[in-house]
Amino acid sequence: MADNILLQVRNLKMHFPIEEGILLRKKVGAIRAIDGIDLDIEKGETLGLVGESGCGKSTTARCIAQLHKPTGGEVLFQGKDLCKATGSELLSARMGIQMIFQDPYASLNPRMTAGNIIAEPMVIYRERKMLDISKKEITSRVEDLMEKVGLSKHFKNRYPHEFSGGQRQRIGVARALSLNPKLILADEPVSALDVSIQSQILNLLDDLQKEFDLTFLFIAHDLAVIQHISTRVAVMYLGRIVEISTAEELYKKPLHPYTEALMSAVPIPDPDIERNRKRIILTGDVPSPDKERFGCYFYDRCPKRMEKCKSSIPQLKVMEGKHQVACFLH
Amino acid sequence: MSEVILKVNDLKTYFNTDDGIVKAVDGVSFELEKGEMLGIVGESGSGKSVTNLSLMKLIPSPPGKIMSGTAMLDGVDIFKMNDNEIRKLRGNRIGMIFQDPMTSLNPFLRISTQMIETIMLHQDKDKSAARARAVEMLEMVGIPNPSKRINDYPHQFSGGMRQRVMIAMALSCDPEILIADEPTSALDVTIQAQIIEVMQELCRKLNTAVIMITHDLGVVAGICDKVCVMYAGRIVEKGSNDEIFKDPKHPYTQGLIKSVPRLDRPSKGRLYSIEGQPPNVIDLPECCPFHPRCEKAMDKCRNTYPPLKVFGKGREVSCWLYEGEK
Ligand SMILES: Nc1ncnc2c1ncn2[C@@H]1O[C@H](COP(=O)(O)OP(=O)(O)OP(=O)(O)O)[C@@H](O)[C@H]1O
Ligand SMILES: Nc1ncnc2c1ncn2[C@@H]1O[C@H](COP(=O)(O)OP(=O)(O)OP(=O)(O)O)[C@@H](O)[C@H]1O
Ligand SMILES: [Mg+2]
Ligand SMILES: [Mg+2]
Repeated sequence: MADNILLQVRNLKMHFPIEEGILLRKKVGAIRAIDGIDLDIEKGETLGLVGESGCGKSTTARCIAQLHKPTGGEVLFQGKDLCKATGSELLSARMGIQMIFQDPYASLNPRMTAGNIIAEPMVIYRERKMLDISKKEITSRVEDLMEKVGLSKHFKNRYPHEFSGGQRQRIGVARALSLNPKLILADEPVSALDVSIQSQILNLLDDLQKEFDLTFLFIAHDLAVIQHISTRVAVMYLGRIVEISTAEELYKKPLHPYTEALMSAVPIPDPDIERNRKRIILTGDVPSPDKERFGCYFYDRCPKRMEKCKSSIPQLKVMEGKHQVACFLH
Repeated sequence: MSEVILKVNDLKTYFNTDDGIVKAVDGVSFELEKGEMLGIVGESGSGKSVTNLSLMKLIPSPPGKIMSGTAMLDGVDIFKMNDNEIRKLRGNRIGMIFQDPMTSLNPFLRISTQMIETIMLHQDKDKSAARARAVEMLEMVGIPNPSKRINDYPHQFSGGMRQRVMIAMALSCDPEILIADEPTSALDVTIQAQIIEVMQELCRKLNTAVIMITHDLGVVAGICDKVCVMYAGRIVEKGSNDEIFKDPKHPYTQGLIKSVPRLDRPSKGRLYSIEGQPPNVIDLPECCPFHPRCEKAMDKCRNTYPPLKVFGKGREVSCWLYEGEK
């Protein structure tokens, strides 16, 4: 594995079984939430992951963190395949990978104080003797972290409901930082926030990345947010990656017909631009991922589909620079 | 001359809660002209939904109460109408679409039953004529194979399709006004683009005026003719689409526009951000509610709510910065 690569995902698959029957559960099919993903995340970069609802973004993050055991493929983190790691090996690898979630309301335990929420990962690893830290040090680290994310340490003993949405998200960020992770998987961390609060959190993540040398996988469905925060962006459709490039390149020169439609659909807050824009309106909805596909996953909705696309699956191909696309047009 | 069909004046809607009186809407006035699209933007809790629920008299009471104001629809005050008149108004002259179509569609009834019922309630049509109208509307909003799909239940439709059904239902009685409260916020961008196109096309064709509530400035820029910006229960700035986006006057509007990252403009580094948080609308003192977050706040702003400054027809700002200007 090249030195500058922190995480490597190879042919990752997560098929959730569809079962039927009450006493004897029988597997009758599978939801192919992710169906063969390859990704490299470089040290210090922010890799954005975009795509429509249900395309498998959260599942990808959860599989990387091993919150779901993937049904196939590899997740190589610092040279180790997390899918094969077990018990304490996995736990220690997991110290380096933390998650931030979308819903600051649902993701924090309502019965714990902010201070305890932030301290919890350290406490757990301390109890397992995997982290050498005293109780006093934990307390002072919690206070440091709170200051770092822009919360007064005097709020330590307050409960989540006493904070606003943006503040709750800051608690989530502080907690994710507590174990000094290398990689942060941020699953829609600003989607539930108002515009003015959203920009505060995006700036915070940017500052922390520089200060702590963090690498991010950043999931969002808002392409403008993704473009702002990301070094590179991966576009996902129906459990597959269809295109990867820098955000600018994807907007200026999208290669995949899906990326093209997606980019054209994003409203831009400027009446002049909006008046002169041509939208590519896709017909139909994202199909359900419950059947095996033998052709391009975008075939049903693709305005540029060809005969070939029906019967074989395009693989990611490296184009100019770091641009990668999975489409037979290229 | 364009014709004003709805004129809202000094609307105040308060809620009585354990913590005190929530002044959710506190003196809102605006006009809606025939066939135009008016955007209402603002942060969560700024009073966008309550404003429009008030117009349909759908505020739960208690705890809510419309304290004052008039809403003149063709010279008749909606707030003075009795229950029967209001019921006739809803769905007939004013249609509504909400963010979550599942809350307004009955999951146990076929789409056909729900649409036919709505149409027969408001229009003098027999069952088969109502059904024909329903199918026609579904076709207009782009539901494939409508004469068959109309017999489906809501759960058999995707989110985008359900929202199309809502639009079809809301427009089936040719309302003069359509109130759309975050109609696309729960949808993906590609589906959002479909829905907005359908809405825009239909409303233009039927000459329906639309009040479009959204927090997405991009959506507003794309389709609205006029925009009202709300903050803490009041409209702080009003203007045409171009005026609001090219020459925002209120520091809040300016900040809001600057803080949205834009796809067409690569912005690396720090985003502009409005510091602090939106205020609680309980016990707001008599000041500009934006002053704690405002970079241009002056002493005056801390003591008195700024008066409305009118710059021209439909161009208004509530901010002390413009006090002396003509
Ligand atoms: N635990 C599970 N069991 C079965 N199916 C699942 C499970 N988790 C996710 N799925 C399915 O896998 C697919 C991908 O879901 P996922 O949550 O990863 O999508 P997403 O891209 O994060 O969408 P969103 O933008 O709505 O969050 C969906 O079809 C979903 O219904
Ligand atoms: N039934 C209610 N009881 C008490 N307070 C209420 C009630 N309904 C609304 N409010 C309050 O009125 C204020 C305005 O709410 P409203 O729903 O109009 O906001 P909004 O601008 O539509 O926000 P959002 O973007 O989140 O939909 C909020 O402070 C809200 O808490
Ligand atoms: Mg998700
Ligand atoms: Mg609302």
